[in-house]
Amino acid sequence: MSIEIKTKQCIGCGRCCKVCPGSLICLNGGIAEIPHPERCWACVSCVKECPVQAIHMYLGEDMGGLGGRLHVLREGTLLHWTVRKPDGSIRTLTVDSRDSNKY
Amino acid sequence: MEPQIKTLRTEFIETDFLIIGGGTAGCYAALIFCEQADGRVLIAEKANIQRSGCLAAGVNAINAYIVPGKTPQDYVDYARTDADGIVRGDLLLTMAEGLNRTVEKMESLGLTILKDEQGRYVTRGSRNIKINGENIKPILAEAVKEKPQITVLERINVFEYIVEDNRIKGAYAIGVDAPVLYVISAKAVLCATGGAAGLYKPNHPGFSRHKMWYPPFNTGAGYAMGIRAGAEMTTFEMRFIALRCKDTIAPTGTLAQGVGAKQINASGEVYEQKYGLTTSQRVHGTVMENQEGRGPCYLRTIGITPEQDEDLQKAYLNMAPSQTLRWLESGKTPGIQNVEIEGTEPYIVGGHTASGYWVDTNRETTVKGLFAAGDVAGGCPQKYVTGAFAEGEIAARSAAKYMNSTAGTFDRARYEEQKRWLEGFLNCPQASFTTDEVEEAMQAVMDEYAGGIGSHYRFSEKSLNIAAEKIRELEQQAQTLSAGGMQELVYILELQERLTLCKSVIAHLAAREETRWHSFAENVDYPDSSPKWNRYVNSRLEGGRLSILFRPLVQEGETYEH
Repeated sequence: MSIEIKTKQCIGCGRCCKVCPGSLICLNGGIAEIPHPERCWACVSCVKECPVQAIHMYLGEDMGGLGGRLHVLREGTLLHWTVRKPDGSIRTLTVDSRDSNKY
Repeated sequence: MEPQIKTLRTEFIETDFLIIGGGTAGCYAALIFCEQADGRVLIAEKANIQRSGCLAAGVNAINAYIVPGKTPQDYVDYARTDADGIVRGDLLLTMAEGLNRTVEKMESLGLTILKDEQGRYVTRGSRNIKINGENIKPILAEAVKEKPQITVLERINVFEYIVEDNRIKGAYAIGVDAPVLYVISAKAVLCATGGAAGLYKPNHPGFSRHKMWYPPFNTGAGYAMGIRAGAEMTTFEMRFIALRCKDTIAPTGTLAQGVGAKQINASGEVYEQKYGLTTSQRVHGTVMENQEGRGPCYLRTIGITPEQDEDLQKAYLNMAPSQTLRWLESGKTPGIQNVEIEGTEPYIVGGHTASGYWVDTNRETTVKGLFAAGDVAGGCPQKYVTGAFAEGEIAARSAAKYMNSTAGTFDRARYEEQKRWLEGFLNCPQASFTTDEVEEAMQAVMDEYAGGIGSHYRFSEKSLNIAAEKIRELEQQAQTLSAGGMQELVYILELQERLTLCKSVIAHLAAREETRWHSFAENVDYPDSSPKWNRYVNSRLEGGRLSILFRPLVQEGETYEH
């Protein structure tokens, strides 16, 4: 389980480098990089922080991952979470941070 | 050409109240201290307080709250039953009395809490309230950053206390990026580093090895620093093993309490009643069902409504999004397929069990002026988030009082010794093993000989002796490692912290000659519990040797002093 950084989308703002609780992301030539993806906890702090949705979370193959990618678009209090499956199909769930969990 | 010698620059920092670790307890303590005293506060944080610590991904509910009709004493009774008696009544009661106050404060800072039409919090079970906890840490971090009294120093790693005549004087730290040794002097210090993950081989030892319940960045630094400084520590033998969703290691409580999902075996039989409902019994039952050929085990979610199914997917996005990804990429959402469960590797974490510093009722450790709160503080299990806040509050109040009576001066010349020792790793040209290799070897030893997943959490006196010997060997190797830069140097220090803690855990597991908590401390030489062991197992490093001592139980109503 780890993150993938889409280098073509990255704008080099460095927010992900700052927020990572494991200090695992750095800028290399102005582009974010995670040199050791196996050290990632998958807390998705960077996924939420990225202003251009260049960071996607995935489940490692060793834990049964199927190649899907998860990213999130923040819009005010709304978080639009999107899962893209390897076949290209997409599912989006929207959570309002003003709403409590029902469970 | 001669290779360039790498050196560290030294920076001296003075503060009044040093807080080591800007997580749940540390940030909250900083806020409370500002309400109590005028002194400067310095939070030393290894990463960035916005998302560091246990709350990075969020939290699903407030799990420690005194709901209407219940009392703080009820909470004490619950925690005591779950730990089968090995708790500090004084610590639990003072924590429980503060729980609801911390919730009100967090709500005032912006935390979303579900309320009914009368404006009362909506409860979940008998100790929980419903929230949206996705942004709980950023809310706390923002409040901290608004206080001019507080300085947050990020990306620095504290690795050793400065103690003279058993009185805290400050701490040493290194930069995670910059080649700097920080010598921090303080009048009082709060240890709030969190507990320890990564001692045992994890569920997924390969690429996904850090997909664990507890933050892999919590390496037991606070415990190790305390052990080395000769502080008395308690109950390391009460390890914590979480029962989680298989592979993603996501929480199960939301399924069990939220939609009433029962634990079932492969034949669909509900087995949880058979083994009991305490935290350790729930893990033990799952281990036994698997061992006896009735696994795998599941939480029965088939049959929930489509609305519940979608609500669960959203709830997990607020705390463990990997589980939602698992459901959506496979198409097997909880309404369609039961959720398989498994036990994690053991952790040392005083927020859930009773491991950690032996503190007095005011949360002062046996080192004068050193306070502890949250996962590093022992004797007080079932803290959860609000309990860590409440302990941070008590510790901050105590530190504010202590501050008036002491000054932070010490012999500064001793930092040279630390500097040379650290530079040794940076200038070591080649080591026989890498830090990762030694860490993996440590986890394998703990797994096999000190009751990890691979040994079904079981150990014996003989196996613990082997573990102790092998950990001592690894400790020698960890002194000869090579660091290519500051981050690698931090990894070496973290490995050494884990090894120090492993030795204490092994000694504690051996000392409690009973099995009081299945799985958490499954001693095959002593498979039953005994009233003789209604006491604490404590330890202290004296003259380089770890001594075990036993202490009688402390009840609520008492004020414990060292």
